[in-house]
Amino acid sequence: MRNFVKLMLAGLLVLIMAFALVGCSGQDKNDAQSEPGPSEAKKLVVGTNATFPPFEMQEGNDFTGFDMDLIRAIGEVQGFEVEIKHMDFKALVPSVQSGKIDAAIAGMSITPDRLESVDFTESYFDAGLIIAVHKDNQDIQSTEDLKGKKLAAQNGTIGAAYCEEVKKADASTEVRIFDDIGAAFMELEKGGVDAVVNDHPVTAYYLKTATDTNAKMVGDIFSADDQYGIAVKKGNAELLKALNEGLAKLKENGTYDEIYSKWF
Amino acid sequence: MPLLDSTFGLAILDAITSSAGFKVVAKNFVYFLGGAWYTIFITALSVAMGMVLGLFAGLGKLSKNKIIYGISTAYIDFFRGTPLFVQIFLLYFGVLPLIYDNDSLSSAIIALGLNSGAYIAEILRAGIQAIDKGQMEAARSLGMNERQAMVLVILPQAFKVVIPPLINEFIALLKDSSLVSAITVAELMHRGDLVFANTYQATWVFGTISLLYLVMTKTISMLGDYAERRLATE
Repeated sequence: MRNFVKLMLAGLLVLIMAFALVGCSGQDKNDAQSEPGPSEAKKLVVGTNATFPPFEMQEGNDFTGFDMDLIRAIGEVQGFEVEIKHMDFKALVPSVQSGKIDAAIAGMSITPDRLESVDFTESYFDAGLIIAVHKDNQDIQSTEDLKGKKLAAQNGTIGAAYCEEVKKADASTEVRIFDDIGAAFMELEKGGVDAVVNDHPVTAYYLKTATDTNAKMVGDIFSADDQYGIAVKKGNAELLKALNEGLAKLKENGTYDEIYSKWF
Repeated sequence: MPLLDSTFGLAILDAITSSAGFKVVAKNFVYFLGGAWYTIFITALSVAMGMVLGLFAGLGKLSKNKIIYGISTAYIDFFRGTPLFVQIFLLYFGVLPLIYDNDSLSSAIIALGLNSGAYIAEILRAGIQAIDKGQMEAARSLGMNERQAMVLVILPQAFKVVIPPLINEFIALLKDSSLVSAITVAELMHRGDLVFANTYQATWVFGTISLLYLVMTKTISMLGDYAERRLATE
């Protein structure tokens, strides 16, 4: 027994040392990167919520999606080294505010509320909301029919805000707010809610890619002024200008269209 | 002495009450209290379920019957050995829909109850084993059978021993109940999350929620102290 404990302790020590070594070598690598190279890329830490395909999602150890391609392309033309960080959607705006990240790109709609806390680039995508229901559901055909039903949405999105509006108009409406949109769709699939209110491109992508889905979209796209922008800290005019310039360049040289047709 | 001037105090008060964060908290305070009530409700039911499960699983782990022992051990190992957050999702979206048309509230209570049952089982088992062997022998020599001795002699004494660790477990469970926020149970953390997502007032919102949790956990620990005093024999 004694020997066993000793062995375990020795093993632990070896592990700790190994981690320490790895940590050191990682540090060296970072130092090397921060040395002025030929391109002298500035680091741009970008936050996202990688649960929102096709705009952002996780693939292996990397993040992919429309937004990810877009921000990396902007980084390329504007000389940024882009680092992506995943976090809760609702944490993105506070993280930009507090400087934990430089910018946020996450299918984030430009709303008056958010504009009080952060600045947005020019819109890079027109989204709009859509209702998704169970395929056997005949009750819900349009936004009018949402009153008094069980609705699901993702926390902090304009879909969630819309659901709360419906609830204000009719108190018998039940609103269920999930941390990510995938869980909201799961809830719809298992019959826990009548409808999911969410950004149209994301819902459309879900229905296209999900296997054995029981959901369908109904009605027209609404909230048509729903436009996505990249959020930066309030007053960070320099970064805002750089991102807007990058966006304009991509639209000009056709890269934007390339990325668009890759995902939609 | 301008610093002690009464208007200075009023100025501070005014600065606090006119801050955006204070307004958010003031506006939502009753909503938060409702969430705290939900938290207490969920925790109480989960604890009740956990106590029943824990008693059976704890005794099962002391059983000489290999099947009962095996089932108890497997149950305890699984629910102690995997994260509660994972269990909540596994049960809510995976297992429970196969059994009944599950809603988030009942699923949350089942998940928390199953989880705490595993911990309570180990606490009770340790409590029973802490009672001197002579107690069982003495009870048996008075003519009680093993079950009578367990129920009438061992368990009442063990119960006293396990109060402090049980209180610990109740407090842990009350805090862990914040995890069911992820399946939209409108308890305290979920409500804080919703308000935070629209106001971004992290310090005020989560500060208030911390205080409410603190009040609840402190109340539980005081109840525990009281129970310990009442049951003290020396």
